[in-house]
Amino acid sequence: MGNMKQNRIRNFSIIAHIDHGKSTLADRLLETTGTLTDREKTDQFLDKMELERERGITIKAQAVRLIYPADDGNEYILNLIDTPGHVDFSYEVSRSLKACEGALLVVDATQGVEAQTLANVYMAIEQNLEVFPVLNKVDLPSAEPLRIKEEIEEIIGIEAIDAVEASAKEGIGIHEILEAIVKKVPPPEGDPDAPLKALIFDSWYDSYQGVITLVRIMDGTVRKGERIKLMQSGKIHEVTQVGVFAPNPLAVESLSAGEVGFIIASIKAVHDAKVGDTITHADRQADKALGGFQVVKPLVFSGLYPIDSSEYDMLRDALEKLRLNDTSFSFEPENSMALGFGFRCGFLGLLHMEIIQERLEREFGVDLITTAPTVVYHVTTVKGENLAVESANMLPELQLIEKMEEPFILASIHVPNEYVGAILSLCEEKRGIQREIKYLTANRVMIVYELPLNEIVLDFYDRLKSLTRGYASFDYEPLEYRESDLVRLNILVNGETVDALSLIVHRDKAYSRGKDLVAKMKEFIPRQQFEVALQAAIGNKVVARESVKALRKDVTSKCYGGDITRKRKLLEKQKEGKKRMKQVGNVELPQEAFMAILKVKEK
Amino acid sequence: MSGLYIHIPFCRRKCPYCDFFSVSGTVPTEYPNLLCRHLEQAAASGRWKKPFKTVFFGGGTPSLLTPSQVAQVLEKAATLFGMSPGAEISLEANPGTVTEQSLRGYRLAGINRLSLGVQSLNDEQLARLGRIHSAGEARQTCDRARKAGFDNLGLDLMFALPGQNRTGLLKDLKAYLDLAPEHLSCYGLTVEEETPFAHRHRAAEFSVPDEQVFADLFLLLHRAPETAGYSHYEISNYARPGFECRHNLNYWRRGEYLGVGAGAHGFQAHGYGERRVVANELETYERRVTRGERPDVRLESFDRRQAMAETIYLGLRTAEGVSERLLCERFDSGLVKAYPAAVRRCGDMLVCDAGRWHFTVEGWLVYDHLISGFL
Repeated sequence: MGNMKQNRIRNFSIIAHIDHGKSTLADRLLETTGTLTDREKTDQFLDKMELERERGITIKAQAVRLIYPADDGNEYILNLIDTPGHVDFSYEVSRSLKACEGALLVVDATQGVEAQTLANVYMAIEQNLEVFPVLNKVDLPSAEPLRIKEEIEEIIGIEAIDAVEASAKEGIGIHEILEAIVKKVPPPEGDPDAPLKALIFDSWYDSYQGVITLVRIMDGTVRKGERIKLMQSGKIHEVTQVGVFAPNPLAVESLSAGEVGFIIASIKAVHDAKVGDTITHADRQADKALGGFQVVKPLVFSGLYPIDSSEYDMLRDALEKLRLNDTSFSFEPENSMALGFGFRCGFLGLLHMEIIQERLEREFGVDLITTAPTVVYHVTTVKGENLAVESANMLPELQLIEKMEEPFILASIHVPNEYVGAILSLCEEKRGIQREIKYLTANRVMIVYELPLNEIVLDFYDRLKSLTRGYASFDYEPLEYRESDLVRLNILVNGETVDALSLIVHRDKAYSRGKDLVAKMKEFIPRQQFEVALQAAIGNKVVARESVKALRKDVTSKCYGGDITRKRKLLEKQKEGKKRMKQVGNVELPQEAFMAILKVKEK
Repeated sequence: MSGLYIHIPFCRRKCPYCDFFSVSGTVPTEYPNLLCRHLEQAAASGRWKKPFKTVFFGGGTPSLLTPSQVAQVLEKAATLFGMSPGAEISLEANPGTVTEQSLRGYRLAGINRLSLGVQSLNDEQLARLGRIHSAGEARQTCDRARKAGFDNLGLDLMFALPGQNRTGLLKDLKAYLDLAPEHLSCYGLTVEEETPFAHRHRAAEFSVPDEQVFADLFLLLHRAPETAGYSHYEISNYARPGFECRHNLNYWRRGEYLGVGAGAHGFQAHGYGERRVVANELETYERRVTRGERPDVRLESFDRRQAMAETIYLGLRTAEGVSERLLCERFDSGLVKAYPAAVRRCGDMLVCDAGRWHFTVEGWLVYDHLISGFL
């Protein structure tokens, strides 16, 4: 019976570049199979968070069960496992892919293959998934299905000649896609009677039910009431519910090998049910956990401070709540002379950082000042201590430092031919070391560089996009730490060092960075009633200075009976626009000033 | 203290720098009757304190009303509400719209303070500002006003005019002082968006002095020895001692005033205050007043915090400033306690003298910037 059941299951995910139409396609699959009724239809059902919908990206993984009566007369269970679509979340992607036997590679028929897609496709191929391409947006006049098919074959090396041509928006090719899933994706394997091995590919906290884990059962069967063990955390819990999302949660009697669904087991914190962990039975344990588990560590750090210092507790509560659902970010209290009490937070990458910040502001209503992102430096002191420095202010005095190291990454950049020169000079400017330049097709190139991560977290991505008019795509993986000559660059505002603006930079770049930074800050700082002097200094040596001229005139000259309300509201409105300002000493600094380093364009 | 504001939203033609609501043409004959009906309703409502201590005919161009129309409205107000002894009764007038006869008529009707929209005594500038009068006519009007018996005369002066420098302004100021007005309102020309002036400015037909020049001219007016006999009692207003405009001071002290006429604003002080506005469309106004419906609607009402902010916003426009004791009594909190960051942000541009907070003249120049901290 197990085999019969397994033969009718297909577990698949969709790999697509942002904007190539993954969410719309997923919606069509749900509608066509009747999983989503008209009444339930909201655009992009899978992207539940407001933020996901707005940005058109998936942050959390999802799994939806579709029932599909195929042309062969059998009814199939199709489990669509939606994966996050950004390099910051590549570990989560790898776990989601591990839950599948196949993947649809959705390529925009007007755009072609992008680097971010490639990273995920390679990951899927490495994990032996059956990958088959779908060309989306074929209804658009600029679609070039033939050329794109050739490109897919050349670049990825998978057969694409009979790729389904579809338009998720117009509902074209949806039936063909469903048939292809049934025919091409192999049914799952695994022994329903073996000791339980369930892979957690996502988990989140629900205030009523505790932690909900999304799992793929690799071996065995799990039922309500059984005692399970999380092999990484070692904790034992009793299963209170097993079920599937169809797409609304639906309790089932059991989940067995090959199936995808959820397990609820009164687990109190996401920390105890991490992505990649294996669930087994407490009384009949699997001999070893599924491979590939990793503890993901934050790569990028920045300081988060409430603009209104009375919102500190609110911010801490909000961070704690977010952390309940996201074990990959960290926070600890930090105190800045300039900004007061706040938190130093660690993120997987820049996008992750932006997402957390936006959620804090939107969902929790905390107005924030965020300091420029930095990486973790390894410092060995003359006394032989090893320090992990997450903030320029933690850097010991120069004479106390024996050695400093910074993290490197391996970056893969995909560009059309004509931008190669621009990318090479960008990478060189960013202290990169060239590894490889590979022509994927006659006009598509993959450039591989080793780069210091601290150059990436500043403005690399923006620069890349503007240099190539958005045609470059970019992916990276961490490499090791390497010794480097780094210094602390301080920024003085009206003669006072503002700790929250300090940076760690490479010595060769300190001078130009300082110069460009104060010039950029000058643009962002609104004029005040006095002149604001900005200086950049390395140690005690000032390397650059700028000044924001004093505001000389800003006055409403008439304010009589009929003007009072209107003019006051005008001032209130202007002030609303300047809300994200923090008073440092007697100078008001806007959020942009703290992030100015991200906007500096080097020559 | 209770004031009456009478709005005359009509102009012979619109000035190119003005963004205020007004209707071009003459005053409809029916309008004064509507004002009287409006006053009757306000009196019947019992919401307004009697008697009035100040009355102000503003606009628009109030001097488009005939003396007998002014008399009609004033008599109605006096009958219904009474007038305090020595009440200040002002009328705004444009030099091009008044004659010796009409000025005498206004005086006889009870107007005892005349505010003349002179703007400049330089013909070239007047032409550029699109005014319908010349400098000579302005002088003549002053002369006639004196002859008609006005001993409280206020003149408007515009500065920071296209191409104006210190010498130009000093010359203009001297011409003003030769007329010996009791009151001077000095407004820096601002190019309001969506005015013909703004279009011409954008089209680079002229350029206005930059910020630094504006500041110099503002300070020049403040310090000019000739103006020593005048006190700079509000950002844009100067007066000889005792001739400060009491009607306007009442606005800045957040006192009550009744507004009648289409588009007029009013303020009731009950609770933490309520601002009201009359429908500005003439037809709507007429319909409501004729039907006996209340023609004004609530614009906004205030809680304690908002009222305190507005008290500061208005009070800091004046030299007398805001009383710390009054803030404590009315709002249970002094300025520093309620707005520590805003006060700190003002630095030495906000001072406290004898229990009253006020801006320095340098602070006035950046009033919008500083005051936003309190809003």
